[in-house]
Amino acid sequence: MDRPAAVIISFKPKGHPTTMKYMLVFVETAEDLAKRESAEAPAYWASWQAYVQAVEQAGIVVSGAGLMPPAMATTVRIRDGKRHVQDGPYSDTKEQLGGFYVIDVPDLDTALDWAAKCPAASYASVEVRPVMHMGE
Amino acid sequence: MTAEAAARAADRAARQSYGRLVASLSMRSRNIAAAEDALGEAFRAALEHWPVSGIPDVPEAWLLTAARRVLGKAERRRQVSAMAEPELLRQVEETLAMLETEPDRFHDERLKLMFVCAHPAIDAAAQTPLMLQTVLGLDAARIAAAFLEQPATMGQRLVRAKARIRDTGLRFAVPEADELPERLEAVLQAIYAAFTAGWDDGGPLSGEAIWLGRTLLALMPQEPEVQGLVALMLYCEARKGARRAAGFVPLDRQDPGLWDGAMMAEGDGLLRAAGAANRFGRFQCEAAIQSVHAARRLTGETDRRALRMLYAALVRMSPAIGARVGQAAVAEPEDGLALLAAVPEKLAAGYQPFHAVRAELLRRLGRAAEARAAYVRAVELSPDPELRQFLWTRMAELA
Repeated sequence: MDRPAAVIISFKPKGHPTTMKYMLVFVETAEDLAKRESAEAPAYWASWQAYVQAVEQAGIVVSGAGLMPPAMATTVRIRDGKRHVQDGPYSDTKEQLGGFYVIDVPDLDTALDWAAKCPAASYASVEVRPVMHMGE
Repeated sequence: MTAEAAARAADRAARQSYGRLVASLSMRSRNIAAAEDALGEAFRAALEHWPVSGIPDVPEAWLLTAARRVLGKAERRRQVSAMAEPELLRQVEETLAMLETEPDRFHDERLKLMFVCAHPAIDAAAQTPLMLQTVLGLDAARIAAAFLEQPATMGQRLVRAKARIRDTGLRFAVPEADELPERLEAVLQAIYAAFTAGWDDGGPLSGEAIWLGRTLLALMPQEPEVQGLVALMLYCEARKGARRAAGFVPLDRQDPGLWDGAMMAEGDGLLRAAGAANRFGRFQCEAAIQSVHAARRLTGETDRRALRMLYAALVRMSPAIGARVGQAAVAEPEDGLALLAAVPEKLAAGYQPFHAVRAELLRRLGRAAEARAAYVRAVELSPDPELRQFLWTRMAELA
């Protein structure tokens, strides 16, 4: 994949040497996720495709993925030394994890700009969280 | 050079430049808490070194350099106490010499830091207090009092906000033009709160606040609320001399000949310019109220009808206790008492102007016994001896 590093460098604020990694968490409801299979599917996928392309071209992606719907989830818990496997997601809330990106950008404001451009921001919500840096 | 002289110099530098130093330091580290800690270390180092080596020509530059060393070292995870090593001291002197020959390197970044504190990712209730603490150097107890909060609650809120700034990686810059308006409100509030804190204690904060207001005006020359805030502060500052002419002198008894006419004229000009934008707001309204008082220097009287209209507008826009008490003060006595009665007891109990205004209204109605009780309460809540003296005198005049 073509990732022009120059884009990252040109974003750097003066005097601060490091970038930060943020996870953009796409929080979607079951109805949102159902769009993937409905008559709205072409528009849904087109908006995501445009976004994915823009993020990848910016050269800021550390990792990322769209996830299969929560119905495909399997949850594991160890209780009293015994393994419990259960079908379904970790919690039964209305909003579910639909996908994520980890991006490497100069600051929160840049991460928020990328979050705002994401299709999920318009129909669901996007949580932005700094990634812990280990060993500090 | 005595240790006392060094301590005095460090103390003076601390009070005069705290905000500028914190702002300058945190721009680089993007970490307000670390900047404050490093500055604390630098002050301690100054108390050790200055008695021996003499007070530097530019104490702020020395402190800035020393604090930057601390920050640099913290980033490399070394012991801060190693500050005293001769090699490091030599480096401090070198950087210091550089700073002294290039004073432009020490920019005033306070306004920038204020806009960072107003970032929408920070708890809205913490934004203005945070600015007051880090940029204007008010202590947590005083901030808590200004916001009618418990000091512990306020302290926790400030600590949480600083941790968020450190860990979320906010951008340390004046925001783009389209983001300025949404952050402006908190910045205006902080500048005005600093002005009133300085106004109450006669300290240097009111001058600092006017200076910050002017800097903000240079950044947003067309913004009517900024013009309004600067006009408001100028009108009040112009009365400074008259207010203390003979002990405490209330506004309606001040001699307009003692007011600073040039400062008030500047306020008039700013308020007119703000009006042209046709976007009325809280600070323009407060400035307009002061302009009515200021007009007495030209007309010899105070237009109370205009004051009542403006206070009604102010209470609609910003129903804080200060505005409501001000509205009561310009109303007919019966109406004024009714307005005061509508203020929740919890807010009114510890608010000095509430009781002072109530006393005056009761006095005008001839309700001497109640007026006396209100004066006593107002005196109890006045930290200022001259104001207490004035209130005692008023009370003694009651039949």
